[in-house]
Amino acid sequence: MRSVSIIGAGCTKFGERWDVSLRDMIAEAGVMAIEDAEITGEQIDALFVGNMSGGRFIEQEHIGALIADCAGLSRLHLPSTRVEAACASGGLALRQAVLAVASGYNDIVIAAGVEKMTDVSSGTAADALASAADREWECFFGATFPALYAMIAKLHMRRYGTTSKQMAQVAVKNHHHACMNPIAQYHMEITVDDVFKSPMVADPLHILDCSPISDGAAALVLAPTEMAKKFSEEPIKIIGSAQASDTLALHDRRDLTTLDATVYAGRAAFAQAGIEPRAVDVAEVHDCFTIAEILAIEDLGFVEKGQGGKATAEGMTALQGSLPVNTSGGLKACGHPVGATGIKQACEIVLQLRGKAGKRQVDEAEIGLAHNVGGSGGTALVHIFSR
Amino acid sequence: MTNQAPRFWRSIPQRYNLSGTHCTCCNEYFFPPRNLCPNCRRGAHMEEYTFKGTGTVITFTTIYNATEDFERLTPYNLAIIQLDEGPKITGQIVSSSANVKIGMRVKAVFRILGKEGEKGIIYYGTKFAPIIEPSCSEKGGR
Repeated sequence: MRSVSIIGAGCTKFGERWDVSLRDMIAEAGVMAIEDAEITGEQIDALFVGNMSGGRFIEQEHIGALIADCAGLSRLHLPSTRVEAACASGGLALRQAVLAVASGYNDIVIAAGVEKMTDVSSGTAADALASAADREWECFFGATFPALYAMIAKLHMRRYGTTSKQMAQVAVKNHHHACMNPIAQYHMEITVDDVFKSPMVADPLHILDCSPISDGAAALVLAPTEMAKKFSEEPIKIIGSAQASDTLALHDRRDLTTLDATVYAGRAAFAQAGIEPRAVDVAEVHDCFTIAEILAIEDLGFVEKGQGGKATAEGMTALQGSLPVNTSGGLKACGHPVGATGIKQACEIVLQLRGKAGKRQVDEAEIGLAHNVGGSGGTALVHIFSR
Repeated sequence: MTNQAPRFWRSIPQRYNLSGTHCTCCNEYFFPPRNLCPNCRRGAHMEEYTFKGTGTVITFTTIYNATEDFERLTPYNLAIIQLDEGPKITGQIVSSSANVKIGMRVKAVFRILGKEGEKGIIYYGTKFAPIIEPSCSEKGGR
């Protein structure tokens, strides 16, 4: 297997982008990544795009061919593949691109992600997102996505003493980080009190414990490490790439307060990279709900099981902490266009490792991690990057 | 799930009864039914089994913001219940949210699950109700 590096990255502004379409956004992100890598269309061998539900959100499937077309590459007739793993679609597109390059099958490969979610009502969007859960044995009985994470939170609180305040502190921190990120959906500081006063969605999760509905796109250009220096002065190496699955329904899991898919993908990625969790300098984790960030830092091995809430309250995951988590603002405050999220996470790590993250720069970041989850934990992807 | 009746009614026996399967080799119970035991694979011996319907609340939430199909029910309680035979399932608890607790004993009840609009078809299935332990005076009989 060949070593793989990122030679270009681009990400659109995330948010309610009434003025642009999915096509506009994927073209914008693609052009940014290609210009960053200083390559031409003729050098591209293949494209992968993560998109959860073009069918439900914009009534458009066949996103693979569409993105090659929008990027002006139709006359090159490149293989272009859309991949789907609910909210982990972006992370999965990155992994497919890594496999294509690592295997030697392709040299220059685009990994992109896109979702246009605000063209439908919030009810329709919520129902589309609910299809990431088990439609027949969860949603049929009235489960919503926030409800599944709320049930995880309730049991985590009971078992480990995690508090609503600790969960709110995840949102407060991620909003603070987002204020320093020009592409973030929200540039708005919030307090723990704001979270508590916001409407309850599914007890104990308030609306400010939940990631928003967003539009956005992101793209990366990958190349074999041996060729990367030809294109980029600062290629970022992918030193670990792992994927794991679990039952679709939350109720079938071994333990309702652990995402085993994260545990398995994390272990495999760390083993490939040959490092321990404590070697990571900066991480983007899947905080679709505040409790999800607490689970992630536990299940990836950054803290012991049950200590995620306490570690957050103590500031471990803040920008000045020992492991800054979600410097982009995370899904919570940077926004969560589901198919784009996994690629955006990698774009943020690229900026951090290049030392180009501006006000939210983590000092001397050398190793970064991106963690992307599909559904309530049916899929997890972990990628580890190094300068 | 409006206009999706066939997909959800196909599995009618499990919608109306808590009927699953039991592997007599490893003694594990499955709901919804599995034909292949994940423990014993082809060495399994599966038989049909109807669950007693009693179980314990493992975790729960009260939903204030639902999808369109369930909006009229808000706020409602959703829980993961472990049936006494072992499998865990997701279902609504028909009780005031103040009464629902982790560890609470519940039993399956047959209820309306939803309606496809005012004049649409009504569909039924399993919800869970608290098991009310008889008080001392009631135990004494009348």
